[in-house]
Formats: sequence, structure tokens, C-alpha cells
Amino acid sequence: MAILEVKNIGKHFGSTEVLKDVSFSLEEGNALAIIGSSGSGKTTLLRCLNFLEKPSQGEILVKGNAVFDASRPVKMSEQELRRKRLHFGLVFQAFHLFPQYTALENVTLAEKLLAQEREDFKSNKKQILEEITEHGNALLAQMGLADRAAHYPHQLSGGQQQRVAIARALALKPDILCFDEPTSALDPELTGEVLKVIRGLAEQKTTMIIVTHEMAFARDVADQIIFMDEGYIVEQGDAKQVIDNPKEERTRRFLSRYSQG
Amino acid sequence: MFGAVTLELMKGLWTTIQIFLLTLIFSLPLGLILGVGSAGRWKILKRVIQVFVWIIRGTPLMLQLIIIFYGPGLWLGHNIWSGNEAGRITATVVAFVINYACYFSVIFRGGIEGVPVGQREAGQVLGMTKSQIFFQITLLQMVKRVVPPMSNEIITLVKDTSLARIIAAYELTFAGFSFMKSAGITWPLFYTGVFYLAFIGILTLLFNYIEKKLDYFR
Ligand SMILES: Nc1ncnc2c1ncn2[C@@H]1O[C@H](COP(=O)(O)OP(=O)(O)OP(=O)(O)O)[C@@H](O)[C@H]1O
Ligand SMILES: [Mg+2]
Repeated sequence: MAILEVKNIGKHFGSTEVLKDVSFSLEEGNALAIIGSSGSGKTTLLRCLNFLEKPSQGEILVKGNAVFDASRPVKMSEQELRRKRLHFGLVFQAFHLFPQYTALENVTLAEKLLAQEREDFKSNKKQILEEITEHGNALLAQMGLADRAAHYPHQLSGGQQQRVAIARALALKPDILCFDEPTSALDPELTGEVLKVIRGLAEQKTTMIIVTHEMAFARDVADQIIFMDEGYIVEQGDAKQVIDNPKEERTRRFLSRYSQG
Repeated sequence: MFGAVTLELMKGLWTTIQIFLLTLIFSLPLGLILGVGSAGRWKILKRVIQVFVWIIRGTPLMLQLIIIFYGPGLWLGHNIWSGNEAGRITATVVAFVINYACYFSVIFRGGIEGVPVGQREAGQVLGMTKSQIFFQITLLQMVKRVVPPMSNEIITLVKDTSLARIIAAYELTFAGFSFMKSAGITWPLFYTGVFYLAFIGILTLLFNYIEKKLDYFR
């Protein structure tokens, strides 16, 4: 069964329709890349999955359970909403690291706050916090940042900041990790280090949705690709097939702009 | 003479310090509440706060102080402030708290709105509660932003306490002035100035220290 099913999602801001009848599914351990020109609704789609926007229509299922259903609006408690949110992780284009915390603190903050809700927190506090710190350090090491744990965001390069942000998103072990153009805010010479980390995650079978403009990367790393235009999914399929042999004329036109560039 | 003047000024300074501290203690949280309200999503509340702040900032503090001190007596037929020094100080603090809460609210609002939405969203995505996001993420960034304008306002507050003289609260300036009236000497006025300078000097050092402390992040 698919870990994520998105059914007929629609979203409008006022009278502008930004997402129209978006449906796809994602298997556990697979990576899905979303490509498309500016304004096609890619960010909005990720924001809907992460409950930063509320879809106007449609349904979102994780492991077969509806986490969102526009046809059955329910007033969710903050607690419930948070629990549903934790199915997803999001890495932002502009990192959004917390500036007052070190790299390690950025990674461990949410996990520590969440641990406070554990029943055994009071009795096991020291051990729990130590484990979380250890986990945070391990994640930073995985990102190649073992020696940067005590640095503050402003002391890190853009590529390093984005890798801390990835570690932060991984810390809560989301079922599906979303990336919104993770390298678009970076200088070209820094994109490689971030892409390498994401590639590593794909090799470990992390379930991911990656919005990207890096076509070669998408082709290589993703299992599936979705091409979006004006709020619609124009084409979706096997990654290599979509890039090498697009079925739709619009996809072809979009891709040709990149291969020339 | 010098000793006597010093003693009187000390007495005045004590009143000044009381007005200053009490005003801060009450106007900072009140200003924060107003600031949060005016930065929030509730349109009617925003509007109400906006109008209130406009009125308070648009009229002289001295006028507000006079109204607060004399108004109740004229409207209700009896003075709600006891006629002694404590009553005058209380009335002054009430007027100052209202006034300064408005100024602080504008600063706090700027501080809140100055924190990028991405910070809040990053917290949300990580499953944090609203209050965790506020206390663990937004608050300190806000504080960093508001310290410089806040220190200006607080230094102004020190000097504004002299307005309490208008309702005959025996604060520092009144104390200095009393010698001119009684003994016809002016040097205590300059001496009074030295008191203010010392007070503000200490505050400036404190604010510089806080700004330095918050310098570790951008
Ligand atoms: N909060 C909002 N209010 C109104 N319109 C919005 C809002 N957010 C996005 N939009 C509009 O929705 C459309 C899709 O935006 P979105 O950011 O999802 O596109 P995108 O595919 O991520 O583009 P890009 O490649 O430039 O990041 C755009 O036309 C945008 O102007
Ligand atoms: Mg986008």
C-alpha cells in the first residue's frame, strides 16, 4: 500500500486557483521529484501536505488513514494537528534555521520539546536528553557536519545551513520528508554538497518529495517525477521516462528550456 | 547646605525611582499584550488598539496625567487617589503605565512582525505548539529586535517622571526646584541634572550589556 495518497487536492487563494485536482501516490522508500515552472503550485502543494495551507478540496491519506479530508471538515485540536503534522517533514528553500540556537540545538529542539510529553520524562530526564543529543550529533555527522555542531547559523555557509535544516527535519523521523527547492537559495558551488546529502538519503530509502529545478538530479535520484503546470499535474511517471521521453508536449517544452540552459 | 540639598534630592530620587520601576513593571507586560493584539489576526481588536494607541500617543502625557489625577474627583465627587504622596505616585504610575504601554506596544509589534514568518512555520512543521513557538523561537528574536528602541523609550521615561511635579508629587525635579523657591539658589538645579545623568548613565551601561549579550546571533 502506498504510504501517501493525495486525492483530488484543490487549493484557491481568493479567486485564484493554485492547485487543481492534484492526485498522486507515493510508495514507501521512494523518492518523488516535482518539477514545473514558477508559479505552477509546487510550493503550495508541499505546504498543503505540511498543514501550512488548508486545501479547499480533496483528501490526503498517510498509510491508508485520512489525515485531511476537505469533505469532512473537523475541528482538530492543536494536539491532533501536531500529531498529523509529524507524518511530514519540510525543508524550506530559505532554510529557516533558528538563529539563536546552535546547529545541534536546531536539530534537537523539537525532539526535546516533544519528549517533555513522555510519561517517563521526569524520571528519566537526563537519559532521554542525552539520547536526543546523541541522535542530533549522529544526524549532523551524517550530514558531514560533525565539527559544526556548536556553530550558530550565521557562522555557517548556505550549504551547511541547509544541511543542518535537513538534519533538523530528519530528527523527528517523518514518514515523508519534503524538500522545497533545497538548493535554489544557494550559490552554484554549494548546491553539490546538499544534493549529495539528499542522494544519500535516497540510497537509504528515505521516502521523499523533492521540488527541484535540478533536472539531472531529479532524473538520477527520484523514482517518479511529477510535472506541474498552472496548478495541474500535466504528467507523472517513472523519473527517467519523464525526463528522457516525456509524453506531453508541455513537458517537452518545459524540459527543452532546461537542456538548452 | 550641600548635605541638605543632597538629602532632599535623594528623597526626590526615591519617588522618581518608584515611578520609574512601577511604570516599567506594569507597562512592559501590558505593552506586550497590546503589541501581540495589534500584530494578531483579530481585526476588531487590532482596530480598537490602534485607535487607543493613536489617542494616547497623540496627546501630551502631562495632559493625561492631569486628567487621571483630577478627573475622578470631579466626575465622582470624591478623589479616588488619597491626597498624600502615595496617592500622587499611584496616579502618576497609572497615567504612565497607560502611556508607556502604548509606546511599548508599537515597539513590540514591530518586534513581532520583524521575525520572519518562516521561523514560525519551521516551528509548526516540527510539531511545536503555539506557545512553544512563541517562547522557544520568536521571543528571543523579538527581544533582540526591540532592545535598541526600547532603551530609547526607557531613557525617555526617566526624564518624563519629572512631569509628576504637575500633580505635586515630590520627585527629583521638584526637589531640586524647591531650593530655588525657598533659598533662591540655582545650583541645586544643576546638581539635580547630575542625578538624572547618573541614572541614565547606569541604564545605558545596562542596555549596552544586554545588546552585547544578544550579539551571539543574527
Ligand atoms: N498566500 C498566497 N496568497 C495568494 N496567492 C498565493 C499565495 N501563495 C501562493 N500564491 C500564488 O499561487 C501560485 C502558485 O505559487 P507557488 O508558490 O505554489 O508556486 P511554485 O510552483 O512553488 O513557484 P516557484 O517555482 O516560483 O517557487 C502563484 O501564482 C502564487 O502567486
Ligand atoms: Mg516554490
